[in-house]
Parts: sequence; C-alpha cells; structure tokens
Amino acid sequence: MSTPRTRLTPEVAIVGGGPAGLRAASELAQSVSGDVLVLEREHEAGGIPRHCAHTGFGIRDLHRVLNGPDYARRLVRATEAAGAVIRTDAMVTGWTGDGGLEVTTPAGLAQVHAKAIVLATGARERPRTARMIPGDRPDGVYTTGMLQNLVHLHHREAGTRAVIVGSELVSWSAVLTLRHAGCRTVLMTSEHRRPEAYAAFTVPGRLGLRVPVRTRTRVARVIGKGRVEAVEIEHLDSGSRDVVECDTVVFTGDWIPDNELVRAAGLPLDGGTCGPVVDSELRTARPGLFAAGNVVHPVDTADVAALDGVQVATSVLEHFAGRAGESGGVRIVADEPLRWVSPMVHTPGGRGPTRGRLLAWADTYRPFPRVTVRQAGEVIARRRVPWPAAPGRVFRIPGELLDAARPDGGELRISLG
Amino acid sequence: MTASLGTPPGTTVVDVAVIGAGVVGSAIARLLSGHELDIALLDARDDVGDGTSKANTAILHTGFDASPGTLESRLVAEGYHLLKDYADRTGIPYEPTGALLVAWDDEQLGALPELQRKAERNGYHATEIVGPGEVYAQVPALGPGALGGLTVPGESIICTWTTTLALATDAVRRGTRLLRGHRVESVTVDGDHTVLHTSAGDVRARWVVNAAGLGGDVIDGHFGHDRFHLHPRRGELFVYDKQARPLVDRIVLPVPSKLGKGVLISPTIYGNVMLGPTAEDMTDRHDTATTESGYAFLLDKGRRIMPSLLREEVTATYAGLRAASDVSDYTIEVDAVQRYAVAGGIRSTGLTSSMAVAEYLVDLLGKAGLSLHPRDELPEPPHMPNIGEARPRPYADAERIARDPAYGTVVCFCERVTRGEIRDALSSIIPPHDLDGLRRRTRAMNGRCQGFYCGATVTGMLRDAPRRGEGQQR
Repeated sequence: MSTPRTRLTPEVAIVGGGPAGLRAASELAQSVSGDVLVLEREHEAGGIPRHCAHTGFGIRDLHRVLNGPDYARRLVRATEAAGAVIRTDAMVTGWTGDGGLEVTTPAGLAQVHAKAIVLATGARERPRTARMIPGDRPDGVYTTGMLQNLVHLHHREAGTRAVIVGSELVSWSAVLTLRHAGCRTVLMTSEHRRPEAYAAFTVPGRLGLRVPVRTRTRVARVIGKGRVEAVEIEHLDSGSRDVVECDTVVFTGDWIPDNELVRAAGLPLDGGTCGPVVDSELRTARPGLFAAGNVVHPVDTADVAALDGVQVATSVLEHFAGRAGESGGVRIVADEPLRWVSPMVHTPGGRGPTRGRLLAWADTYRPFPRVTVRQAGEVIARRRVPWPAAPGRVFRIPGELLDAARPDGGELRISLG
Repeated sequence: MTASLGTPPGTTVVDVAVIGAGVVGSAIARLLSGHELDIALLDARDDVGDGTSKANTAILHTGFDASPGTLESRLVAEGYHLLKDYADRTGIPYEPTGALLVAWDDEQLGALPELQRKAERNGYHATEIVGPGEVYAQVPALGPGALGGLTVPGESIICTWTTTLALATDAVRRGTRLLRGHRVESVTVDGDHTVLHTSAGDVRARWVVNAAGLGGDVIDGHFGHDRFHLHPRRGELFVYDKQARPLVDRIVLPVPSKLGKGVLISPTIYGNVMLGPTAEDMTDRHDTATTESGYAFLLDKGRRIMPSLLREEVTATYAGLRAASDVSDYTIEVDAVQRYAVAGGIRSTGLTSSMAVAEYLVDLLGKAGLSLHPRDELPEPPHMPNIGEARPRPYADAERIARDPAYGTVVCFCERVTRGEIRDALSSIIPPHDLDGLRRRTRAMNGRCQGFYCGATVTGMLRDAPRRGEGQQR
C-alpha cells in the first residue's frame, strides 16, 4: 500500500537541525541557487545545546562564549537569515526506492529529492538497557539528555540524591543540571583509573560541587520498586561491592550515533564509531550523500560539530561544481588504545579534515602520547603531542601526520606509542 | 449497560466477579458480559495485563508441542483460531512468521520425529523435518553446527499487550465494571453471595471466577481448595535493536531436551528481535528484577544460536514472572455449591488459549446453574490502535494525518509514536495509570534511546492527562 507523499525538490536536504546541520545550511544557503532544506524532528531546531543551560558554547566557531540555549538560538537565526528553510516536527523515517527521503510532518507526508543530502543526525547516550545493567526497573533512571530535557525544557524536578555513571564532560553537565533542580550528586563513578574529564573541570568540580568520584568502579545493579532506592556498585579491581542509596541514577556519556538512516541506506558503519564511514571531505560512499557532526565522531563539542558543517558545505559545493574527485582514498584504522579515528578515509591531495585535525577516542589515559602512523607496516609519521589522550573525550591528532601517506600504499594505522 | 453502573461496588451484588484482569480473566469477563449479567473484573494491580500476561513471549501457538489429550492441548488448538479471528476483527497486531525448531546435537536431532508425531496427535499436520541445508536457507544468520530442524509454519507472533487490552476494553464496553487496584485479601460468604474483601473495599458477587494468574492458588485457598500450587518462574529476555530485524524473519525455537528448554530467538511484532527467556524458579512472587546470571546465560545461548545478533545493540531488557504449576494440565473447574470457578495453572500458552478457556469455563458455569441469556445487542468489538509493524502505522498514513495533524507529529522518534496516539491512549476506555501502562499501549519510550529524546515530553503528557473515569475504576 503506497501512500501519497508531497514531493519536495530542494537543492540540498540536511537531516538534523543541530549545530552541524544548521551551520552547513547557513553556509550553503548563501552559495547555492536552489533551496536548502533542514529537516528537524524536534519541535525546535538547535539540537542538544538547547537543553544545556551551562556556558562554554561557541568558542571555536563564533569566537565568543555563550550558554547552550543562546548558542542554539543564534545558530537558528543565522541559518534563517542566510535563507535556508528549517522544517521542525519533520521526521525522516526512511529512504524512498530512488534515494529520496521519506518524511512525516503534521502537514502530511513528503518525499524529499535533493541533489545532495547531508546527514547531521548527531549522537545520543547509551541508556541503561543498552549497557545491560541488571536489577529492578524503577523510575528515576535517566540519561543526561533525558534529565536535561526534563529539567531545563520542561521545568520538572529530579530527585534529591543522585548517582552519576561516568565522569566525562557531559557527566559534569549532569551534575550542574541536578544542582539546578535541587538534587545532590552523592557519587560519580568511573570505570577508568582517573576521571575522564579535563582536570580543569574535575578539580573545581570535586571541590566546588563536592562530588565524590569513585574510579575503577561500575554500577552492577539498580535497586528499587517504583522509584530508585539504591545502586550496587563494584570495584573493578577488588571485586568488592557496596550499596549506595539514591533516588536518581544518571547514565552519562557512552555515545552512539543516530545511525539508522546510514544503515538503512545500505552504507557500512565504522566499527569504532558505529556511525557512517566518511572521508576527510565528509563524503560517504554514496555520491551526493554526506555526513557531518557527531554522527561521525561521537562526540565532540558543539562548536566542532558546527565547524564540520562548514567543511561539509564546501564539499557539497565541490560536488555540485563537478570538482569532487572519486571518494575512496586510503582507509584509516584506529589501533589500541584508540577506539576510533574520524574521518575514516584519508583523501590524498584533499582539503584535509575539519580544522586540520583528525579526531580520535582513547580507551586508556596517556599524558603526553606519541602518535604513530603506519602504512604497510612502515612508520610514516610519529609525533609526541603536548596534550593528553584520555577516555571520555575526543583526542585531536594533527592532520599533517597523514601527509606522507601514499595513495596506493594501503590502509593507514594510527596508534599511540 | 446495566443499571448498577456507577454505584459503589460494596453495596450492590454483581452477578459474577472475575478476579484477575490478565488475558484469561479479561476474555472470561468479555464473554460473560455478552449475557444478561452484571460483571465486575478485579485486578490487584493498577492495570490490565500487568502480571504474567505482559511477560509472555508473545507467540500465537498452534499447540503442536502440547501434551496430546490434555485440556491445554485442546484449548490451545481452539484458542489459536478464536484469537486469530478476534485479532482480525479488532486489529490486534499479529504476524504469521512461522517457526523453525533447530537441533544442535544428535539428541535433539533424534527428538524431531517424535515431536512431529506429537504435533500430528495434537491435530497439527503442517510440520516438516528439514536438513541443515534448509535450516540455513531459512535462517542464514544461525551460528554454525545446526544439524536439522522442524518447521512449524502456523506459529505466529502477536502483541500480548494489545490482546489483553482489547479483551478488557471489549468487556468494559459490554458493561463490565473494571476495578483496578483491587487486591483480594480474603473471602467470606454472606447468605447467597460471596464477599471479596479487597484492598479497595468489598466486592459482593453471586458467582466468583478465579483467573488470578500467579495468585490463583492463593485465591483457590481462600475458597478452601488445595488443588494446585503455583510458583513464579522468572523469565529474563533481551530485546535487540530494530536494525537486527533482517537477521531473523521467523521464530527460532529450541528443541526441548533433557538438558533443559533452551531459549528462543524471535522477531517481535514491534520490529525488534527477542532473545530469551530464562527459566528460573523463584519463591518471591514480585521479584521481576533482571540479574547478572540471567544476562550471562542469555549471552552464552545467543552466542551459539546467532552470533551476529550479539553484535547488535540491546534496546531493552525485561524480566517477567510466569505461573508454573505442580499440576501439568490447566485446572478449569466449577464448584456449583460455592458458585465458584477457577481457571488455574494457565501457563504461557494462556495467551493463545485465553478465548477458548473463556468458552470452556463459561459453558461449565452455565451447566452449574449460572443463567446465561445472551444479550440482544452488543457493541462492536473495539478497534485497537495498531502498534505492530505488520501494517502501516499512523506516522505513515497520509489520510489519517490529513484528518488530524497530531498523527503526523512524531513524539517518540525511535518507535515513531505520534502525539495523536499518545493522546488517544490517555483518553481511551482503559487509560494507563503509569508510564509502563502508556508504554504498553503506544510503544512510546520503548525504543533504543529509552527516553533520551522523548522522555520529558511523554512523561509530561502522562502527567497532564485528565484522569477520566478514575472514580469509576479505582
């Protein structure tokens, strides 16, 4: 049973109205003759920053410091001023047989056929179920995303005593949200040997917010009928267990891209990011289909996602101009302790990655890591960098380390040490 | 509609009180209220189908593997057709996927001919024994080592939540008074009627039907019987992401063997893949926690049966309690003197057999003296919201969105649940009392993000919903 759909034919369709999608739209709207259409499934565009009430947004892209909602509003205004069309409450549900997007909106069903499509669907935190934490199934178990939606957008209450699982940047964001809602964080757990977030955050965090952090600790069980009553935690080295009373548990970090459209398009997922495989120009294997933002690197900050939007806009224009060569360069592979590297394909002679940096995710802490790039077993570049690689946050790798890569030399393997 | 509707149940005497608004009790109440009778349907919990029914593995069974000659075998076979027909009329989502029993060792392979003979004795003739080539042709994602299989093309997947809700809604539309949050704590006799002392007041009834599921033996004890003993059997299961759905298009069943029952892998009617259940005998009738050992067991089994499934994301984990009885068959009996009937020990097959159990039990009630005069005009069966994937859902229905834009406003992105569907559930004849009830009616928040995006909106809609019918029902 096929159901009638309104046919829309913008020049560019962008799926997702967060920082990456909006910035791509505002860049493209100034340069293409046809329409640039942003499809946003939420009621308001702006993405995750909309419910991050704290400051620290806009540093790298707008060169100013804003809080999340202000940053989101500014992006939306700039996008509309540039002439792009943002459709909210517009959910892309799949692909038409000929590569168009199927869209559900309150105004009806649409199919969108564009000359270029940018996937900017972002990432979300794995909930408790996906982390396979057993126990009861009471209320009071959240991800940061749900918590911040509840507190900042819906002005609802959290509990009074919270345990936060994870100690990434986003975990401290959860602490602030809880504090705003009058809920004390009684414990933060980290499976790593040290909290993942920057020292600049954790030291004042521990002191100013008085949050005890237990490292090498995991939550083994959730306890409580109706509402959370406690969690059982386990020390990973000793195996010893404790019960911590709380009425709120927030599972933070552990990001996974919203990759449904990527997979539905028949495109391969990267084993490390679980997002699409893209090259430095943010092209997927399908000509005319691009991806940008945290769907390709789960997750970096909003401003980096926005700068991806600039990068992908240039790539779309090159595609329109017929200047884009074949995508298909040299595969980049992350070796331990790196879980993933983004982009996943190096384009020899290309523009290089966004901001000239590869992004990577480390599973163990290295204070001043030496980055090594190998091709066909030979070291083609090695450099010590003056910043740490640490779990729970993006590790940046200078893009020029790939300059010596040979186009026909086989895959590039990046490791630390 | 009966004249007594709206009066407090403690002061009037209903003709029949049915204890337990699970799938069996709801089917019984629905059938009884098709007669000139005043019916009350009680449940201890705040929702219908909130006990063993919600934890069913949601398979519409042919009954091929029942013990031949038992009441269970007969009622499952009859119930299969009754429920399928009812599902067609009410829109209960189901999908005729078929099943494949897979033999992984020589003992299991050797058991297949006997299973086929058993199916024949149960009146099911469509099974076929197949070799490993055909097994892998049917389910290419199976792990290595399958030696053969038995196909059961009639097995289907069905929405257990909607089934109970449809039967209970139908009962209420026919005039049944649904009394949720009424836990029967003791029973006394007052002249010609029975008084059920519940956690929310007394309910007086001329006849009582015990369909209390996991509490069935306790209620039976209140009436002085000691016929069967139940214990909870906990079943844990994993629901994998919809992206795993292409891996399996039919129910993959274990071959029962001396070493235990094994676990199944099944597509769900919601487009996911299920792995489970475990079978752990318990004493606590309320412990529905999932466990580390249960997870380890499932992962170990799953790794063997379908290793590629384990590379997918887990969307949800559940644990439910099923009723395990020390009597191998159903216990469905009527005591004419006490004017009391029991449908006890109805295990997980009860989802399929529920409507046949109702017919069998109501027939016994009639023979025992309950006057059964069919009513002339009955309301049409309800048309249930489609929360299954076998047919188009509101978000993909252009006509429906044109009539009401709320069906084009997707609130829960992962499960594609619209504002209109949530609104409808909240104002339905049996509205949910809590988030789990709303989830069972709409699928909202049941998806891979578990509320990351929509949790605040969905819980807000629940909180702001007017409590319609609350006075009647609680």
